[in-house]
Amino acid sequence: MSAPADAIPQTEAPQYLRWAVVATITLGLLYVAFYLYLIAQPLFAVVILAVGVIFALIFGRNKYYNLRFVFPSVAAILLFVALPIGYTIWIGFTNYSSFNLLTFERAKSVLMSRGSVDKSTEQPFAVADLGDGSYQIWLPEAGLLSAPVSLTEALEEAPLDAASEPANLLSAKDAIKLRSGLQTLTLTTPDGISIQNSGLRTFASLMPDYRELEDGQLERIADGVILTPDHAEGFYFADNGEKIPPGWYVNIGWKNFDRIFNNSGIREPMIGIFIWTVTFAAASVALTFAVGLALAVVLQWEHLRGKAIYRILLILPYAVPSFISILVFRGLFNQNFGEINLILEAIFGVRPEWFTNANLARTMILIVNTWLGYPYMMLLAMGFLQGVPQDHKKAAALEGASPSRVFFKITLPQILPPFMPLLISSFAFNFNNMVLVLLLTRGLPDIVGTTVPAGQTDILASFTYRIAFGFSSTEFGLAGAITLLIFVLVSVISYVNFVAMRRGTEKRAGK
Amino acid sequence: MIVERPRDLRIKKIFAHGFLILFLAFITFPFLMVVSISFREGNFTIGDIWPRNPTLEHWYLAFGLDYVRADGTVVEPPFPVLRWMWNSIKLGLFAGAGVLVISTVSAYAFSRIKFRGRTALLDGLFIIQMFPTTLALIALYAIFDSLGEVSPFLGIDSHLSVIMVYWSGVVLHIWTLKGYFDGIDTALDKAAAIDGATPWQTFRLVFLPLAVPMMAVIFVLVFIGAINDYPVASVLLRSEDNLTLAVGSRLYLNEFKYLWGDFAAAAILSGVPITIVFLIAQKYLVSGLGEGAVKG
Repeated sequence: MSAPADAIPQTEAPQYLRWAVVATITLGLLYVAFYLYLIAQPLFAVVILAVGVIFALIFGRNKYYNLRFVFPSVAAILLFVALPIGYTIWIGFTNYSSFNLLTFERAKSVLMSRGSVDKSTEQPFAVADLGDGSYQIWLPEAGLLSAPVSLTEALEEAPLDAASEPANLLSAKDAIKLRSGLQTLTLTTPDGISIQNSGLRTFASLMPDYRELEDGQLERIADGVILTPDHAEGFYFADNGEKIPPGWYVNIGWKNFDRIFNNSGIREPMIGIFIWTVTFAAASVALTFAVGLALAVVLQWEHLRGKAIYRILLILPYAVPSFISILVFRGLFNQNFGEINLILEAIFGVRPEWFTNANLARTMILIVNTWLGYPYMMLLAMGFLQGVPQDHKKAAALEGASPSRVFFKITLPQILPPFMPLLISSFAFNFNNMVLVLLLTRGLPDIVGTTVPAGQTDILASFTYRIAFGFSSTEFGLAGAITLLIFVLVSVISYVNFVAMRRGTEKRAGK
Repeated sequence: MIVERPRDLRIKKIFAHGFLILFLAFITFPFLMVVSISFREGNFTIGDIWPRNPTLEHWYLAFGLDYVRADGTVVEPPFPVLRWMWNSIKLGLFAGAGVLVISTVSAYAFSRIKFRGRTALLDGLFIIQMFPTTLALIALYAIFDSLGEVSPFLGIDSHLSVIMVYWSGVVLHIWTLKGYFDGIDTALDKAAAIDGATPWQTFRLVFLPLAVPMMAVIFVLVFIGAINDYPVASVLLRSEDNLTLAVGSRLYLNEFKYLWGDFAAAAILSGVPITIVFLIAQKYLVSGLGEGAVKG
């Protein structure tokens, strides 16, 4: 490289432009942080604030020039991997669920904004047609006229102002046709009272249901019942012990873990699921490795012709998007009208119950996963097999060793060490391979007598997913607690993998 | 092995080809079945492996067209497959581009720029990334639920949210690219430095052009990964028009509305392009996979 200095174009953007970009992004992040603080998400607010400040520092000061290069990746990983991991663990110590979904402030404001129509304030109304698709509401008793409204079914608000009777009032019959739009309309009087449609011909004032008392309690205005916030449960309780939804999420300490370990409706299925998860991951690795290696050995055989075609066809399962393959198998294995049972019945006269029998369902999952995973192992094995010196094999063969003995005594011991980290990561991948389970069986068939949805083919990850995002339950807290347990397991696997990888790297470097 | 008798060899060859062909018959069975199903009448198995009255109905529906049956009834497409496909491709392209930007810049820094705690930082990132994103779904949902109140573009059911999550999956690619950059002669950066280039210019004008083949591999990997992703997209995307193929396709095989034939056509339509991309790239992908996994 002896290019003259002027061959490098001066690509540095003008200084003021850089400042403008840095300032804009920083201000944007600060705005997001502030807004998050306003909606009572202090944790996220602090995180975004930190990102904003660090961004401004690194890109604003030339001293930190070198760190600019790693900022994007570190920020992305901290925000969308590390923070979620930490937050999931924190959720594991809360009762965050569909019942306790909001923050305390939000739960309170939901209750405070609740109102009922006060029948005693009912007054007739009429609708004035402005002709251009918009309308005005006329309340003759109060002499108030609303701003133009569209009366679609979307929620709509409009102020009322004193006015004289408008022209073009619709007949009562035509006004009733606009009922659906009227029902989603809220009008506000000059005094600040909300008024809503209360009947075919009437509007009435909306009275708040609750009033805040000084000590944080709420009073239900209709019957004077006092609601007390319970920050251990995350609910307002009435005097008679009645729970008033919506609840908010609170820290409940180790209760989720207590449930996992002491509630037999959760513990029993979880032990079963854990055993199945390990079995599934280990069996998947063993099967894909065995099939892949066997195929690689055959394909490496010097006398075999048509290798290229075989190779392409054999890696097809790896090339087709897995979500499509899995769903295809879901259809093919269908008990009643799946093609596999059709063929099995025609030949053997059996119709295995792939989705209702636990053992068959597990067999099916392993068959599908082997189908999906062997090409990866085959491709890797083909690479590693080339690294085995021919001389060793020839020497062994000369000594009279059978081909299988050569394979198990010479070839396998040589390719296993470099394969090890990849086998461990394959184990880790399958340990959390919830896509397969969710798309193929959804964990079914269900285990009977459990308190949370749990299936015979569920692995820990899909079990957690179904607890958190299932049709019947959204127990984020419990799911978070189980996730923490999985994290511990994954950490062990990751550490082993990390050590194995390091060792592999050192070995290569040492050679 | 060294002295092979011709007769033994021939038997071995027949055996090897026989084994491979039999194996391939099992492996390709699902693909052949799906093609046949996509031309079959109706959405259930009537009892034919080979379609007796082939029909294009499922294909019309997959392309989003109404189909008029012989008796005059009009069948409407059950799902917007092309729209989902477009969503998937869009997410894949943006995810791939973003990951490329983030990972090349970082890999260059980890390979060439000296700053304190460099090794520790890379190791740290690597350990963090070993936790699969799928385990943090609950928190991701909560985070984007909150961000959505700031702006719907950052919230649940927004493609930007999903793309940002995909952007965080960069460590393996940084690792691969760093290994690649490490192999580049340091004389190159010294020459650039002598010519007065800043580190950024060295990166953009010297290293980036050299890394193009590697970047192509990474782009395809991320693209395919994004299209195949189910967990993140299924949690963050809600409305039918916003779904990706991976999330949407599942709706076809619902217990209560089982559209086997329609699914088959849609699966081929969406699966073929991705498969072709993969097959073209696989030669490079495989070497990339091996290196990324073992190179230090």
